[in-house]
Amino acid sequence: MFDMPLLTIVTFLPLIGALMILPITMSEKEGEKEDSDLARRNVRNVALFTTLVTFLISLLIWIEFDNSVAGFQMVEKYEWIGPFMAYRLGVDGISMLFVILTTFLMPFAILASWENITKNIKQYMIAFLILETFMIGVFVSLDLMVFYIFFEAGLIPMFIIIGVWGGKRRVYASFKFFLYTLAGSVLMLLAIMAMYWNSGTTDISVLLTYDFPPEMQTWLWLAFFASLAVKLPMWPVHTWLPDAHVEAPTAGSVILAGVLLKMGGYGFLRFSVPMFPLATADFAPLIFGLSVIAIIYTSLVALMQEDIKKLIAYSSVAHMGFVTLGIFALNNYGIQGAIFQMLSHGLISGALFLCVGIIYDRMHTREIAAYGGVVNRMPNYAVVFMIFTLANVGLPGTSGFVGEFLILLGIFQTNTWAAVLATTGIILSAAYALWLYRRVILGPLVKESLKTLMDLTGREKLILYPLVVAVIFFGVYPTPIFDVTQASVDALLNNYQAAIERAATQVTGN
Amino acid sequence: MGELLTLFPNLNLALPELILAIGSMVLLMIGAYSGGKATGLVSGLAMALLVVAGFILLTTEGTGTVFHGAFILDEFAIFMKMLVLTGSVVAIAMSVNFMKREQFDKFEFPVLIVLATLGMMLMVSANDMITLYLGIELQSLSLYVLAAINRDSVRSTEAGLKYFVLGALSSGMLLYGVSLIYGFTGQTNFTGIAEAMAGSGRSLGLIFGLVFLVAGLAFKISVVPFHMWTPDVYEGSPTPVTAFFSAAPKVAAMALFIRVVIDAFEPISKDWQQIIVFISIASMVLGAFAAIGQTNIKRLMAYSSIGHMGFALVGLAAGTQAGINGVILYMVIYLAMTLGTFACILAMRRKSGMVEEIKDLSGLAKNNPVLALFMTLLMFSLAGIPPLAGFFAKYFVFLAAIEAELYALAIIGVLSSVVGAFYYLRIIKIMWFDEGEDSFVPMSGELKLVLGASGIFVTLFYLVAGPIFAATSGAASSLF
Repeated sequence: MFDMPLLTIVTFLPLIGALMILPITMSEKEGEKEDSDLARRNVRNVALFTTLVTFLISLLIWIEFDNSVAGFQMVEKYEWIGPFMAYRLGVDGISMLFVILTTFLMPFAILASWENITKNIKQYMIAFLILETFMIGVFVSLDLMVFYIFFEAGLIPMFIIIGVWGGKRRVYASFKFFLYTLAGSVLMLLAIMAMYWNSGTTDISVLLTYDFPPEMQTWLWLAFFASLAVKLPMWPVHTWLPDAHVEAPTAGSVILAGVLLKMGGYGFLRFSVPMFPLATADFAPLIFGLSVIAIIYTSLVALMQEDIKKLIAYSSVAHMGFVTLGIFALNNYGIQGAIFQMLSHGLISGALFLCVGIIYDRMHTREIAAYGGVVNRMPNYAVVFMIFTLANVGLPGTSGFVGEFLILLGIFQTNTWAAVLATTGIILSAAYALWLYRRVILGPLVKESLKTLMDLTGREKLILYPLVVAVIFFGVYPTPIFDVTQASVDALLNNYQAAIERAATQVTGN
Repeated sequence: MGELLTLFPNLNLALPELILAIGSMVLLMIGAYSGGKATGLVSGLAMALLVVAGFILLTTEGTGTVFHGAFILDEFAIFMKMLVLTGSVVAIAMSVNFMKREQFDKFEFPVLIVLATLGMMLMVSANDMITLYLGIELQSLSLYVLAAINRDSVRSTEAGLKYFVLGALSSGMLLYGVSLIYGFTGQTNFTGIAEAMAGSGRSLGLIFGLVFLVAGLAFKISVVPFHMWTPDVYEGSPTPVTAFFSAAPKVAAMALFIRVVIDAFEPISKDWQQIIVFISIASMVLGAFAAIGQTNIKRLMAYSSIGHMGFALVGLAAGTQAGINGVILYMVIYLAMTLGTFACILAMRRKSGMVEEIKDLSGLAKNNPVLALFMTLLMFSLAGIPPLAGFFAKYFVFLAAIEAELYALAIIGVLSSVVGAFYYLRIIKIMWFDEGEDSFVPMSGELKLVLGASGIFVTLFYLVAGPIFAATSGAASSLF
């Protein structure tokens, strides 16, 4: 239908928006206040317009997408540097929806920064738009090196976003975020090089069915694990996340929780499972152990937090524990559930951070103790926050339920104990989420400072209501998602089984 | 005359060197007779001379050896000489304004750079131990004087003296190594040495000679454990001199290093590989850790350059064609990054004069966003973060190391690059996160040009990566 490089357009459109913001001059001088206000408005409008257009065009990818095809679609390929890397793009059922998630969340991130970012707004918007390009690039790249470059490049804008517009301990948080992620990633880079020398290509679509020698798979798997586990993050390398979340500005947290964490899970599905199937089978128990610890331990930690954002950050780690459980359950329920859980968590955690941002903008504190009885002044807000809290817990009827339920179904077949322990995590998540809600929203309004709180403004409604609709819609009717992922997940599992059987016959054959 | 022509049938292969040699003498005369008032003129002419030499180098037809195999011109030599000439031209260009403002009006400065460049070009083309030594000495003697050129400054004089004493020591070691090699092979020509070794095999004396030779060369590219002079000399020398030190001489010495070990010592590659693996690891680790505590930006750049030479050596340690290709590409990108960074450092000037503390950069993002943006890009590139050029530089040397199965080297290398990222991030943090001091005085035009060119190069490297990679591959393949 469209004879255009759709993926390239969607990937680089935000960059063009960033270049359009660049020439807008900001004047901070007295007497030119009006010019400066006008420039700010222009900057915001260009950023919002760019992200909206990107979202609309990315919907064309979904329209164009053929659900019945398991392989990669809309493939683009250009020569780049000799045989070492080539510009290859494409999407399949696993990656396509992450692109949509990214482009969908970006306008909310821009809107969330509408009024509360006053310092260097031009650089702020440019950083976000560049970040969007890098994030989309991660999900559409079909070449290991292109993937790595986008994966790693995203650190630059995020480092600046946390470091310049973050909270009090922003320097510490931004350094920790950057160095943690970089340390994991460089090992993955070495693994990519080793894969190139062994297979002679960096083409992901070829490598998906390439058989690496078994002992090599172990090392490659561990190297990828080092990077992806940090990114996801998994216990015990999750400690950068609470810091980064707490210090990042609201929009930064939304993108961090909504998209950046998903790169870890996506990486497991894209690389670890299909490319190193033997190692995956060997290491699955390790993943189960770490995931179960993550779910229970971080839920307990979340229970004791005094900072709202930190609590949600720890709950993210717990939810990502479910994702890894689902992926390494290595059956249809588990993987479908994991993909769904990632998408749904992208919406829910993003929405929760937006909710926190809304009261933070009014009160300038995230201490749970500083709130109480907010419902009396902000009834609309209380309803919205309730919906997202319950979705986070996994109440049936919200998208949070579908993913967790499928994951538990899947993991129950593979490892019953892991399923039992993970289920206790759901109870804990209900405990911390509802307790948070009670302390912040319910109860009598006694604190003086809260008595002037205003309910949601029009802009805030515009941010939150679409997310409410999405969370409930996909909770009730998840089929559109599964239609997209079905064929690719089936192919992934078939390839995985075939590789395991091939290895088994080779061993007995010898 | 006719006899002379048959003796040197291919003299035109060395034409760029001849032009530089004669030209530098002429420039010296101009400077001397105009009583020191012609610094600007001499600088301009020196740049023109270097450009002309580069042009002739590119248009020279044919490759081969001259002076009975002592001087070689191949694609590798042409490529590296172009890099050296670029570094020298930019270094002179960046000094012009500095000399005016700092009352540092010495016409010898450009002339010495031309002479050093001549030495470097000889190093790149050396195919004989004699040429090697002559090239190194011509370059080094010029550099000693350059380091001490600001005679009224104690720091500058001290830097020059330190450099001279340690440099003389390293030359001594190098000569001792050369004499051992000559003693055990009976040859000074690289090809002859390789042939002699292929015939008789390795001997202990030869290994000793190799170690001394490598020690001398390691001093010139300032890698651990022969790096001690670097921080002091970088800090003490006038900034344009430091900018020059950190760029062209490294390229030339690295080219010489490559040629010696690949051409002359190919038969005993297992022996020199071990040495290079060691100095490479030591340099990467020291460069990463020692830079963390620095407060002076020139000193920090000294440690940064030690680390970068360690990374470049990763490719040489692999010893394969892919590895050499990686080193050449690394030097291209390193040259661009380091010249751009020094353009930034030269722009660190307040009304009261030059400043060179890292904390002087605080608030730069607010006072001068463009300068801060370019400096940030350069810092991320030096740290090796994609999609900037520095990433590709590191990528190709490590790719070669993995191919050669040097896994320990590769793992230690990438982890030390993470440690190194810390101090580059610290500079970015100071520029962006910290609240500001007074703004700098506006940058001069030529610094803007250098900074802009290098910033755009590192940012958009991926667009030109294909052609550049093809060029470096051609240069690397001419060695094998």
